[in-house]
Parts: sequence; C-alpha cells; structure tokens
Amino acid sequence: MNTSLTEESPALTSAREQNTSEIVAKNIYKSYGAGPFAKEVVSDCSFTIESNKLTVMIGPSGCGKSTLIQLIAGFEATDSGEITLNGSPITDPGKDRLVLFQESALFPWMTTYDNIMYGPRARGEDTKDAADQAEFLLNKVGLDAFRDKYPQQLSGGMQRRAELARAMINKPEVMILDEPFRGLDNMSKELMWEYYAGLYEEDRNTNFFVTTDIDEAIFLADRLLIMTNLPTSTRSVIEIDIPRPRTIEEVVNSARANEIKKEVMTLLHEEAMKSFSGGSKAAADFLDAYSKRAD
Amino acid sequence: MSLKKFADKIFSRAALRGIVAIVIFLIIWEIGARSEQLFGYRFPFLGLVPPPSDVLVSWAGLIGDPSYWQSWYMSFLRVFGGFIAAMLIGIPLGLFMAVNKTFYGMYFPTFEILRPIPPLAWVPASIIFWPTQELSIAFVTFLGAFYTIVINVLGGARSINKQFLQAAQSMGASQWDIFRRIVLPATLPSIVVGSAVGMGITWEVVVAAEMISGGGSSGGGAGGGLGFFIWSSYVGGSYEQIIVGMISIGIAGYLSSELLRQAGGLLTPWLKTR
Ligand SMILES: Nc1ncnc2c1ncn2[C@@H]1O[C@H](COP(=O)(O)OP(=O)(O)O)[C@@H](O)[C@H]1O
Ligand SMILES: [Mg+2]
Repeated sequence: MNTSLTEESPALTSAREQNTSEIVAKNIYKSYGAGPFAKEVVSDCSFTIESNKLTVMIGPSGCGKSTLIQLIAGFEATDSGEITLNGSPITDPGKDRLVLFQESALFPWMTTYDNIMYGPRARGEDTKDAADQAEFLLNKVGLDAFRDKYPQQLSGGMQRRAELARAMINKPEVMILDEPFRGLDNMSKELMWEYYAGLYEEDRNTNFFVTTDIDEAIFLADRLLIMTNLPTSTRSVIEIDIPRPRTIEEVVNSARANEIKKEVMTLLHEEAMKSFSGGSKAAADFLDAYSKRAD
Repeated sequence: MSLKKFADKIFSRAALRGIVAIVIFLIIWEIGARSEQLFGYRFPFLGLVPPPSDVLVSWAGLIGDPSYWQSWYMSFLRVFGGFIAAMLIGIPLGLFMAVNKTFYGMYFPTFEILRPIPPLAWVPASIIFWPTQELSIAFVTFLGAFYTIVINVLGGARSINKQFLQAAQSMGASQWDIFRRIVLPATLPSIVVGSAVGMGITWEVVVAAEMISGGGSSGGGAGGGLGFFIWSSYVGGSYEQIIVGMISIGIAGYLSSELLRQAGGLLTPWLKTR
C-alpha cells in the first residue's frame, strides 16, 4: 500500500508539511425548524479535536453527527455556543477545513484529474506547482491510469481515494470525513482503513473522522469521542493507546482493542437503552444492530 | 475485437429488422390501397389512401421542384428561429430563477399561469399583435419550446446536489466559478432534455400555425412551409402530395432531433459512460 517515496520532489515535501490546528466546540446547541416544530439536534455539546491527532467520533445513526460537521465546516451556524479553529471562531466555510461527505461529491462532469485540480483552479492557482501536486497525488492514491475517467467509471473505493486527493491538494489544516467508507464492501473497506491510516501517519495533520462502525473507529482512532443519542452531546472520550502503524490483524487480536471495544459497546448500549425506554424506533434498530456485532 | 464484432452483429440485425418491417408495411399499404382494383372490394381506411407507389411518383416529381424545397426551408427557418430564440431567452431565465429567490418569487406565478395556455391558442392574438404573419408564426413557434426549456432548466438547476456546492465553496471557489463550473454543467443534462422535448413541440406548432395562418407573409404558395404545403395539397385535391408532406415533416423532425441528440451528446460526454 505504501507508495515508495524515494525521490524528494518539492511536491512531495509540501504534501508532508505539518501544521498544528485544533478545533474546540464549547457548549454548542443546534435546532432545525422553529416554534412547536423545532427539533433539537445538538444540545450542550463540547469536544476538542486535538492538533495532529486522528479523532474519531462514533454515535448512533441519526444522532446529529453530520449536523456537527455542517457546523464545524461553517456551512451552518450554531444557535448558541462557539466552535473555534486555533482560537478564532468559525463563521464561514474555508479550505482550511475540507469535508469528505457521506455520499461521494465528486463532480460527475469532470474527469479524475479535473476533479483534483478543481480547488487550485477555482482559486486562480492553476500553476505548474499545482499540476505537479496533482500528478503526485494521482500516483499516491493509485489513480494515475484513471486520470481521464469520469467518477461514474470508478469503483466506490476509487471514488473515495479520488476525493481524498481532491481534498489533500488544498493542504487543509483539518481534514473532516463523514462516514466516508459507508457502503463499501467489507474487503474494500478494510483496505481503505489501512490506506487512509497510512496517509494520516505520513503527515499526522489534524483529522476528524465520523463513523457508526466500532471496528473502524478503534482501528483508526488516536482519540475516540462517543456521542449520545439525539439531541447529541459528548458522552465520553477514550484515548486509543494502540501503537501505530496498526494492521487489521494486530488490532483484531489485540487484547487492549477488545477491551476498548467492550467499553465502547457498553456505552453505546446504554445510550440506546435510554432512548429505547422512550419508545424510539431508531433506538430499537440501533440496539439490534450493535448487539449483533457484540458476538 | 470480438466484442465489437458482436455489437456490429446485433446492430446490423436490428437494422435489418427495421428494414424488413418497413418493407412489409409498404406492401400491406400498397395492397390495401389497390384493394378495389385487385379484389373488387375496398378495404376500410387503407382503401381510401393513395398507394405508396403513387406517392413515390408524386414525390419524384416534386424533387426537382424548387417550391417544394422552399417549403422545407421555410419550415426549418421558423422552427430553428423560434427554437433558438426560446433557448437564448429560456436558458438564462430558468437559471436566473433557480439562483435568485426574489426573482423566482416575482416571476414564477405569472409563468405558471401563462404556461398551460397551448401555443396554438396564441395564434389569433399573435396575428393581431405582430406586424407580419411571419413574426406571428415565429412567436407561436417560440412559445412551443420556451415553456418546456424554462421548466427543465429551472428544475435541473434547483435539484443540484447541495454537497457539490458545499464542496466547491469550501475549496475557495467564487460565486461566479461555482455558477460556471458547477451549476451550469450540473444543469446541462436538463437543458439537453428540455431542448429535445421543446424541439418536438416546435414542429407540432409550426405545422399547425402554417395551416391556420395560411402560410405566412408571402400569402401561401412557395413561402408557405410544409404545413401549408399539406393544406394546399388537401385543398387542391392531391392526396399523394398530402402524404408526401406528412412524410417530409416526419423526416424533418427526425433530422432536427438527431441534430440535437448529437449536440447534446457532445456537451455531456460524462453521461455516455454510464
Ligand atoms: N437540514 C435539516 N433540517 C431538518 N432536520 C435535519 C436537517 N439535517 C438533519 N436533520 C435532522 O437531524 C437529525 C440528525 O441528523 P444527522 O446530523 O444527519 O445525523 P447523523 O449524521 O448522526 O446520522 C436527524 O433526525 C435529521 O432528520
Ligand atoms: Mg450522517
């Protein structure tokens, strides 16, 4: 998986640049709708996405994780509370925080290469340097042979890698990923875990990764944020002290990983039980899904 | 290589089937049309229609007649004149309504009240309003394509995946860049579909308008277009020519649609990869 990096091109060194960026959310609230129809999605939620760590957020489906990403990315504003990037409040979207959405957002009318070059071109930086970066990234994500293909012609895993490259060329300070590997088959999913972890370990920039998959969360995370059910807030934080780089096999057989997994499952189970007593259908489904994985 | 051969085979088979079907159709038509001579009994419907051989003879006589080609030319001119005007006004209007809420709120209700009025209902009014017959036909033709194009463009531009816009925005794209490189290409497939449907309606409208208005400014005859050609053949009692006119319109409509399909395919190459 690791591309051999022998020659040091300028593109390569800049891709390895490291920056320190921390995102802090403090007592944030967010509702959709107004008046009697208002639906509270985020309630008194605080957490830190620490600099140069891979923070994974796990929570039941529908608890408000994508909503939190909309807030962090600056596409929507909080009702109250504050989210800051390196101390300054987030008000707008920006290329310092790039999001990989749940569904592929590659532009269908652009080839892989044009998709990757979108950011630099949109900012009027269609330079030799940007083109070199694109070449480097195409190679890195293994899509050199697919540079002139449209997204529709790529497999699900390739699309996700193309999207990673499209984000990485903008050298974001924080990379935000919303369940990026959902819908991939198990085989590609595990390959993508190792692949993505490899990319992260190369530069160790701040990454924020959202998932509902416990195995994915434990394999990837430096820090794990466990969220409550809707309206969401941070339930607890676990440091995943398994050394890097990790292999799937190691993690599967690791006693420490299994210990963490039990702990996470207990917490998520409690969350589900809470809203289960409230009679929520979503909670029942959730409970069902997680109790299967516990075996 | 073998895959291509296989495709060729299917294609030629399909083409062959088409030709066989047309030949059988022509034979049945010929026999039906000559049923009175052949069997002493006139088949219902087909017995009243001139046989294809007579139609061909009549057509052969028209091939060298400049006024027949003038009819083609006039109808094409009206169709494309109205159609291009509808695109030039309809596409920007649809896009603008999609991106500007205020304009949408102001204009869309009017649009929705005018839209259900069939273009042909505009014929008398447009003959009164426009100074020349030619302009009134052009206007009605324009209306035929206009509403369809606007509705398709508007629908296409409004249903853009929100995450395309968010992705572009967070990569630092300006509003203009987002419009040009996201909104426009995302709407292109709807523009192509709207245009293809609009083109079909344009031919329907132009033929009817030519019949009703008596063939435009030249007062019929050579400047009348294919619709008027059919009408005058009917008035003149030449049933073969009626059918020549009908088939001519079929061919003209097909050629126009094919032209649009080709242009549409060139504009949206990513759709072909599906
Ligand atoms: N734009 C919106 N308007 C109204 N409700 C929304 C909106 N976005 C999300 N929601 C609601 O907020 C809740 C959380 O959604 P989401 O953040 O997508 O959850 P998750 O990503 O954890 O699955 C859901 O009940 C959803 O219906
Ligand atoms: Mg989500």
